[in-house]
Amino acid sequence: MLKNKGIAFKLSFLILMSSTLIFIFIFWYNYRFSHQVIVKNIEENARNLAQSTVNRLDIVPRTVEKVPQNLSYSLEAVSYTGGELIDVLRSLVENNPEIYGAAIAFEPYAYDRNALCFAPYFYKCKRKTEFTYLGDESCRYFYADWYQIPKELNHPVWTEPYYDEGRGNILMSTYSVPFYRTVLGKRKLMGVVTADISLSWLQANVASIKIAQTGYGFLISKNGTFVTHPDAGLIMNETIFSVAEARGDKRLREVGRKMISGKSGFVPFKSLRTGKKCWMVYAPFSSSGWSLAVLFPQDELMADVVRLNRTVIYLGLIGFLFLLVVIVLIARSITRPLSALANATGDIAAGNLDIELPPIKSLDEVGKLSHSFGDMKSSLKQYIEELTETTAAKERIESELKIAHDIQMGMLPKIFPAFPNRKEFEIYATIEPAKDVGGDLYDFFFLDEDHLCFTVGDVSGKGVPASLFMAITQTLVKTKATKGLISSTVLSRVNEDLSLDNPSLMFVTLFLGILNIRTGDLEYCNGGHNPPYIIRANGELEPVETTNGMALGVVEDFHYKSKKVLLQKGDSLFLYSDGVTEAMNENDELFTEERLEKELKLLKDKPIQELINSITEKLRAFSKGAPQSDDITMMRLKFYGEQGR
Amino acid sequence: MARGRIIFFLVLFLFVTVDVRGDDRALKKISFVPQWVPQAQFAGYYLANERGIYKKYGIDATIIPGGPDNPSLDLLKNGKADFATLWLSTGIQMRAKGVKLINIAQMMQRSALMLIAKKSSGIKKPRDMNGKKVGLWGPIFQIQPKAFFKRYNLKVKEIRQSYSVNLFLRDGVDVTSAMWYNEYHTILNSGLNPDELTTFFFHEHGLNFPEDGIYTLEGTFQKDPDLCKAFVNASIEGWRYAFAHPEEALGIVMKNLKKEHIPATLVHQKWMLARMKDLMLPQYARCPTGRLLAEDYNRVAEGLLDNGLIKEIPDYTSFYWKCVPNVEK
Repeated sequence: MLKNKGIAFKLSFLILMSSTLIFIFIFWYNYRFSHQVIVKNIEENARNLAQSTVNRLDIVPRTVEKVPQNLSYSLEAVSYTGGELIDVLRSLVENNPEIYGAAIAFEPYAYDRNALCFAPYFYKCKRKTEFTYLGDESCRYFYADWYQIPKELNHPVWTEPYYDEGRGNILMSTYSVPFYRTVLGKRKLMGVVTADISLSWLQANVASIKIAQTGYGFLISKNGTFVTHPDAGLIMNETIFSVAEARGDKRLREVGRKMISGKSGFVPFKSLRTGKKCWMVYAPFSSSGWSLAVLFPQDELMADVVRLNRTVIYLGLIGFLFLLVVIVLIARSITRPLSALANATGDIAAGNLDIELPPIKSLDEVGKLSHSFGDMKSSLKQYIEELTETTAAKERIESELKIAHDIQMGMLPKIFPAFPNRKEFEIYATIEPAKDVGGDLYDFFFLDEDHLCFTVGDVSGKGVPASLFMAITQTLVKTKATKGLISSTVLSRVNEDLSLDNPSLMFVTLFLGILNIRTGDLEYCNGGHNPPYIIRANGELEPVETTNGMALGVVEDFHYKSKKVLLQKGDSLFLYSDGVTEAMNENDELFTEERLEKELKLLKDKPIQELINSITEKLRAFSKGAPQSDDITMMRLKFYGEQGR
Repeated sequence: MARGRIIFFLVLFLFVTVDVRGDDRALKKISFVPQWVPQAQFAGYYLANERGIYKKYGIDATIIPGGPDNPSLDLLKNGKADFATLWLSTGIQMRAKGVKLINIAQMMQRSALMLIAKKSSGIKKPRDMNGKKVGLWGPIFQIQPKAFFKRYNLKVKEIRQSYSVNLFLRDGVDVTSAMWYNEYHTILNSGLNPDELTTFFFHEHGLNFPEDGIYTLEGTFQKDPDLCKAFVNASIEGWRYAFAHPEEALGIVMKNLKKEHIPATLVHQKWMLARMKDLMLPQYARCPTGRLLAEDYNRVAEGLLDNGLIKEIPDYTSFYWKCVPNVEK
């Protein structure tokens, strides 16, 4: 994806991506950590607040509990008369400001055998203490919770909160203590002593709990009934479980069960009032088993952290933008000269070496690159100029060599048939130089009417020096070979001249033959050259006997000897240079005399020109494109005698 | 003979319906009192009134809210209400005592009375109740429990209890009497889970005492039988409407409870309405709504006789005056 984008883009993209990731990670870690710390603090504070509130509020019921308890002890110990009971009860209500009302309720017929109910009750009403008897005909107290539960359980209890209908309609809870008397050895329940407390002070206290803007406290009874709640519709009407059912909230139900079972805790909770996410801390009252809950709205308590986090995000964004600008500028400063260089390189590649490189002042890598580029450009320019000159020089030399070649070739007899009006013999020769100018030579000319002189030679080395040496040799042979001389004399004289002034120590192998075209007598001398073959008319192939001559130009006064051989009608002579037998193929194998002899036997009956051309073909096929290492020269001379063919 | 009667009632029913729809000005004024406060237990009647179903049947009904201050039996006896709902056992008891009231529709087909124990008290089966404290309500509510104890040969400590479930919640009794549609739900909403409770439904123990039915005085019926039939059929239609539109029904229930200044919880009323449907239209309904089967009548009457609450069983045919067609519409 990034492959096709520019450096500036890649650089900005990768750096910004990385820094964004780093920022996000740091932000996330910071957020989590600060969140945890704050939640931990809130939990600690919440638990302390709930516990201290409960402890403070629990003092009242704990104090109130003692009053009916003490009275029940004295009722068990002392027999009071009706009047005394009522007096005790009155002073109890009047002297305990926390107590709203108190009663002593007896079991059926327990106080008076003729009276089913006896339950004197004092209660406060408009700052006065009122008196009544509980338990008229329509209302038997025996089945009331405040009476029946302590009776059945045989221990004191706080009742569920209830409205005291008819007597001021206040919300209250009653603490009931059963009292007993031993009759005929049996401990028998006599009745219960009760003390009522109004819950309005509790409601007011809990209502005063305010956490942040919307946090609040609420109180539920042992049954889960709301005793206080900011939503008045819930009070004494709904339980925490009915709310859970209405909301379909199973977790709330579980929290409720923990609350009424006397546990304390700190749990996430959704406010019943605002629907906001809150933490809820709850703690039980040790007296009544009721549970106080306080809600801590999360968003309000976390507001500072949220604000901090928001600021951090904004700062991060600003930093991101700043980084973006800086990176883009840096990337641009790098890539602008680079792309200018790239454009210039394009021009240079197209051949324009005179283009001015963009000026770069900086000394950084780009500056160095630009500087090197300038150097490269001028070196290139210089090199190309030199190359142009060299090429021109080479071309000149080549053209001169061509001319030299043309001159050399011009020195060799090239027109065949060479002697169309001579029927006594036929002659054909070719030369194929390895380089443009070669060191091989051949020649044939008449010394007189009957004597044909012919030579084949090979100069040591190749190229221009060899060709020059060859030209000298050719010329010397032509001038030294005069009528009446034998071949050895000619070679001796040529050798003398060549050896006289030969500073470069070059030499030449040379075969020179003189044929009497009437008789077929061949007189010859071989100066270190490959011995030619005689192809007899009957097809036999025989090498020309050697004369043990040395290559010319080495030893000045070498004494050459000549030999004679008689050619019959139809015999022919095949001369060649070592370029034939030493032709190499790709595997560095030589053509060899064996191969040459085999070919000559096969081709012996062919016309002279065709034989040489065929061998040239064979050599080409053998070397198969391998570069020609030496000049290749071949000559064939066929003798017919006076009668001709 | 039976077929003739069916046809007669069908024709009569059609006639009443057509007649009612024909003339709005011919509305007959009646008053009706259910046996308790306007909770979901009586949703059908309130809906029939508020949605004009009584009017459709030619009735201009006034519903007197029942409750402790207005016992429906008293209002019916002294003529302050033309129709009232009563428990079948109360109805039979009153009839045996000579009160000339008749059952014109048995609305609830199944008994909602039950016993509940906490599993933590070790009560899982009826015989586990032996020697335990069982909370019982007044005499009418004691017939089924006592028959139950007899059936399972149990010796329990009977404790008279009030309508509060707190005695049970605080373990003052091991077993409590409860109505399925009321106290059972109150217990659940006091934090006890259903799986922590063992329930004994009397109808599952061969003690199905159908409860709420519509009653009137013999004289009222004789004076205008068509009116009684129209009231019964309109009430049944009101119930069907309530079951089909529970949200609307609960809205009216809550409104009426608020009007009477009775603390009310929507989820509780919702539970109650759903249970009413179960009790009035039991899945295995053996008869159309409103019918009182002779076998049910005899079971309840014999229970009353066994407990000495009546001295002899009143005649079924003079007690139940059928006002609904034999076949469901």
